[in-house]
Amino acid sequence: MNSLRVSRLAALAVVGVVLLSSCAANEMQDGGGAESLSGELNGSGASSQGSASDVWIAAFQTANPRVTINYSPDGSGAGRKAFISGGVAYAGSDSSLSSEELAGDFAACIPGTKAIDIPVYISPIALIFNIEGVAALKLDPAAIAGIFSGTITMWSDPAITALNPDAELPHAPITAVHRSDDSGTTKNFTDYLARTAPEVWDAPAADTFPYTGGEAAQGTSGVVGAVTNGHNTIGYADASRAGGLGVASLKVGDSYVDYSAAAAAQVVTGSPLVDGRSANDIAIALDRTTTDPTHYPLVLVSYLIVCQEYANPETGALVKAYAKYVASPAGQAEAAKSAGAAPLSAELSAKVATVIESIR
Amino acid sequence: MTSPAASAPVKTRSRPADRVFASSALAAGILILTALGAVAVFLIAQSLPAFLVDPAELPTAPTSFWEYVAPLAFGTVWAAALALLMALPVSIGIALFISHYSPRRIAQTLGYIVDLLAAVPSVVFGLWGITVLAPFVQPFYAWLVANLGWIPLFAPPVSGTGRTILTVAIVLAVMILPIITAVCREVFLQTPVLHEEAALALGATRWEMIQTAVIPFGMPGIISASMLGLGRALGETMVVAMVLSPALVINFVLTGSANPPTIAGNIALNFPEAHGVGVNALIATGLILFVITLLVNSAARVLINRRKAFSGAN
Amino acid sequence: MTVTTGIVNSLTSARLPKWVPWALLAGSWAVLAVVYGILAAGSGGDYNIVAVIFLGTVLFDVLLVTTSYLVEGSRKARDRLVTSLVATAFVIAMLPLVSLVFTVVVDGWKRFDIAFFTQSMRNIVGAGTEQFPGGALHAIVGTLEITGMATLISVPVGLLAAIYLVEYGRGHLSRAITFFVDVMTGIPSIVAGLFAFALFALVFNDPGIRFGFGGAIALTLLMVPTVVRSSEEMLKLVPNELREASFALGVPKWLTIVKVVIPTSIAGITTGVTLAIARVIGETAPLLIIAGFTSSMNYDLFSGRMMALPLFVYTQYANPGTDVQPYLDRAWAAALTLILIVMLLNLVARLVARIFSPKLGR
Repeated sequence: MNSLRVSRLAALAVVGVVLLSSCAANEMQDGGGAESLSGELNGSGASSQGSASDVWIAAFQTANPRVTINYSPDGSGAGRKAFISGGVAYAGSDSSLSSEELAGDFAACIPGTKAIDIPVYISPIALIFNIEGVAALKLDPAAIAGIFSGTITMWSDPAITALNPDAELPHAPITAVHRSDDSGTTKNFTDYLARTAPEVWDAPAADTFPYTGGEAAQGTSGVVGAVTNGHNTIGYADASRAGGLGVASLKVGDSYVDYSAAAAAQVVTGSPLVDGRSANDIAIALDRTTTDPTHYPLVLVSYLIVCQEYANPETGALVKAYAKYVASPAGQAEAAKSAGAAPLSAELSAKVATVIESIR
Repeated sequence: MTSPAASAPVKTRSRPADRVFASSALAAGILILTALGAVAVFLIAQSLPAFLVDPAELPTAPTSFWEYVAPLAFGTVWAAALALLMALPVSIGIALFISHYSPRRIAQTLGYIVDLLAAVPSVVFGLWGITVLAPFVQPFYAWLVANLGWIPLFAPPVSGTGRTILTVAIVLAVMILPIITAVCREVFLQTPVLHEEAALALGATRWEMIQTAVIPFGMPGIISASMLGLGRALGETMVVAMVLSPALVINFVLTGSANPPTIAGNIALNFPEAHGVGVNALIATGLILFVITLLVNSAARVLINRRKAFSGAN
Repeated sequence: MTVTTGIVNSLTSARLPKWVPWALLAGSWAVLAVVYGILAAGSGGDYNIVAVIFLGTVLFDVLLVTTSYLVEGSRKARDRLVTSLVATAFVIAMLPLVSLVFTVVVDGWKRFDIAFFTQSMRNIVGAGTEQFPGGALHAIVGTLEITGMATLISVPVGLLAAIYLVEYGRGHLSRAITFFVDVMTGIPSIVAGLFAFALFALVFNDPGIRFGFGGAIALTLLMVPTVVRSSEEMLKLVPNELREASFALGVPKWLTIVKVVIPTSIAGITTGVTLAIARVIGETAPLLIIAGFTSSMNYDLFSGRMMALPLFVYTQYANPGTDVQPYLDRAWAAALTLILIVMLLNLVARLVARIFSPKLGR
C-alpha cells in the first residue's frame, strides 16, 4: 500500500519534470538571416530604462534569434559597479560616469581605453496629483520646492492659489509622496529644484530624498500607487506611468509648460555637454533653468555605458549592434510607444549614431 | 551470561556505523559553524570602511555612523516588537484551539489552513499590504488620530495612505503567526497525556488543565517559536520595503507618514543605487542587525535554559 | 418528577444551558448592528460591518463571562473567558488569510492559463500577442530547481546538526552551535545573497557571476537555521523512555535515532522543513544578486542566469511598461502559482509524515 503510494508519487513527479522540461512555447520560433549574430550579452543598471530595455531586447532578439540579452534592473549604482568590474558588458545608468570612475580602469575594455556615455532614454518626470475636483494644476519651482520640503502644507496655501486662480483647491493638508529608495528620478527632481528654487530647496541634488517630511514610497510603482490610493496627494514619477492621474504644468520662463515627449527631447538637445570628456562621451549637463517655453526641464536622461574598445571583440560587435538598434529611429519609436519615452531628436540621434560607429 | 555480560556496553561503543553516524552529525554542526564564521568575516570585512571613514561621506551625511544607524536599529526592533506583541497571543490562542479545543477532524484542517498562511511568500504579503491592507486601515488611523491624538502613539498628522509602521507590523504579525503557531501546536500536542488527564481528574476546568499541564510543558517551545518568528520579523525585507513610508527619524508614532525605517528594508531600498562607501555603510547596518538578533537570541536561550527540566531528552 | 429535577439540578445547577453562549453572541451582534445602523443613519456615513462584528464579539465576551460568573462561579467564568478568547484569536487570524487568499485568487486567475505555464517572457512586450501573451515557465523552473537544491543541501545538514545537538552534543561545541544557529536566523536575506556572490566571484574569479546554484547556496544559509531550530525542538520532545526502551533491547544508538527518534518526531520535522521552504521560496533580494534576472529559459543550475518566481512577481510589479495591467495580472498569477507550489509541497510533506510516522493515538 505504502510502496504503491510512493510509486504513484514518483510517477507524478516524473510527469511533472517532463512537462516542465519541455521548452517554452515562445522560445521555439526559428528564423533570422544567415548573417545574424549569436551569443549572450549581459547588462545591468537603471530600472528607469527597464521597460524600454524589454522592448529593445525583444525586438533585437527577434531579429537575431541566436542572441540572448539579459538586462537586470538592479539600479544605476549597481550597474555601473558591475560594468567597471567587468561583471557585465554594458550598464544602464541615470547619471553619466563620474570623473573618479573615469579615472579608473574598466575591466571589460582594452586596458588603457575608457568607457563612454551614450544617452538613449529620455523620460519627462511628471508631477502627478490626485486632488478631488481639481483637473489641472499650475506650479512654479518655488511652490513645488515648498510642497516637497514641507514648508507648504495646505492646498489652500496662497503660494498655490495665486498660481491657480481658476482651480477650486480644497482646504486640506497636502500629502507629498517621494521615493523611499535611492533613485535617479529623485536625483533629477532634486537637481531641478536645487537649481530653480535654491532659496527654498537648500539641499543639493542627491539620489536620496533629503527631507524627512512627507510620505515615502518604493519605486515608481509605489509612488503612483500612493498618489492614486491616497487623498489630496502629489508625487513625482516617470511620465509614462502617469496614467489617468492629473499632471501639473511647470512654470518655465513666463509660461506654463505641460510635459510632452517633444518638449523633453528639446531641453536635452539644447543642453550643453559635460566639460572635459572625450569627444565620444555624450554626457549631458541638463539646462534646468531654461526659459524657453518649448522646453520641459524636469527630465531624466538615462545612458548606455559601454566600452570604447572591448577587450573581447565579439562582445564589442554585439554591443555595437545592440546600441545601434537602440539609438536608431526604429528603436526609439518602439520605446516611445511601449515605455512612454521621449525619442532622441534628429540632431542628437545623428551625434549618437556616429559615436556608436566608433565602438570596437 | 554472568561476568562477560558486564563488558557488553563497552562492545557497543565500537560499532562502526555508530561512529560514522555520530561523526557525520558532528560534521554537520561544524559545517554550520564554518559557514556562519565565513559570513561573519565577510560582514565585518565589508563593513569596516563604514566605521573608519569620515561620517560626512556616509549617506545623508550624519555626524557619526551611529547617528545614521540609530533610527534604523530602532525601527527594526520597534516594528518586530509590535509584530510579536500582536502575533504571540493570537498564535498561542490558535495553537491551543487546534490542539485542545476543536474536534480532532476539524483540527487537522485548521492546521493545514495555518500552514497555508506560512506558504504565502513575502512578496505576496507586500503586494497585499499595499493594495488591500493599507487603504483598508487608513480610515481607522484617521479616526484614532482625530479622537486619541493626545496619546503620543497616535500623534497627528495622520498618514494619507495608511502605509505606516503599524500597518507593516500587522503584515509582519500575519507573516510570523503561522510560524509561531505551527511550532506551538506541535509542542502542545506533545504534552504528556497523563499530565493532562491527571489535572482533569482532579477536577480542573479545561483552562486550569492548560495552565497547569500544557503551558509549563510547552514554555521552552513557545519561547523558541517566538524567537523564530522574531527572527523573521527582524530580517524581513520585501514587506517593509514595499509597504513602509520611511524617514530617518526616531519616534513612536504608529499612524504618521514619517516612520523609522528598518535595517533590512533600508538595505533593500538603497542597495541598488549605493556606490563607494555607501555600500559598506549598508553592509555595516547588516552587521548591526546581526548583533541585534544575537542579543535577542541570547536572552531567549537564557530563558529556555532555566526551564530545561521540561525537555523530554534530558 | 420533582425528585428527578432535584437530581438533575444537583449536577447542572451551576451550569449555563448550551444555547446561552450562542444566544448571547447573536444578541450582542444584533445590538451593535442596531447601534451602528442608527449612527450611520444619523451621520450619513458608511455602515461599518467590521466594527459591528469586532465590537459585538467584545460585548459577547464580556456578557458571557459576567453571566457565567454569576451562575457558575469564578473558575468556570475564567474557563469560558479563555475559550472565547481562543476562538476569537482564531477568527482574527482567519480574517487576513481569507482577504489575502481572496485577493490572490481573484487577481491571479485572470492569467492562470496554459500560456502562463508554457511560455517564458523572452521577446514579450506589454500584453504580448494573441498567441504569445507571455508566461512564467522560466521562473517556475528556476524556483523549483533553486529551492530544490537548497532543500537538498539544508535538510540533511540541518537535521544532522539537530541530531548532534539533541543526541550527542555536550559541552562547549554543542552550546556554541545552538547559539550560533540562533544568530544565523538573523542574517538579513540580502546579506546572504551578497555573501554567496562574493564567495563565488572569488572562487570562479568572475566579477559578474550569476548562476542558479549560487542562489541555492544563499537560500541554504537562510534555510539551515530554521531547519535546525525546529528539528531540534521536535527531537527534544521525544520522550526519553522510548530511547531507553530501544537501548534496553540492544539497538545501537544510530539505529535508535533513525528508527525510533526520527519517526516519532517526523510530523514535526516535516512541518519545520515545509516552513523553512516556505520561508526561502519567496526570497527576492538574494536571488536578484546571485541568480540574476533573465526573461529566457535556463535549465542549468550551474551556468547562466536563472529566474525565480518571487523575482518575477516583483519585477512585473515594479517595472511595468506603459500598459500596466498585463504586468500586474502576470504578477498576481505568479503569486498564485508560488502559493500553489508551496501548498503542494506541504501536501507531499504531510504524506511523507503519514507514511513514516508510527501510528499513534492522536
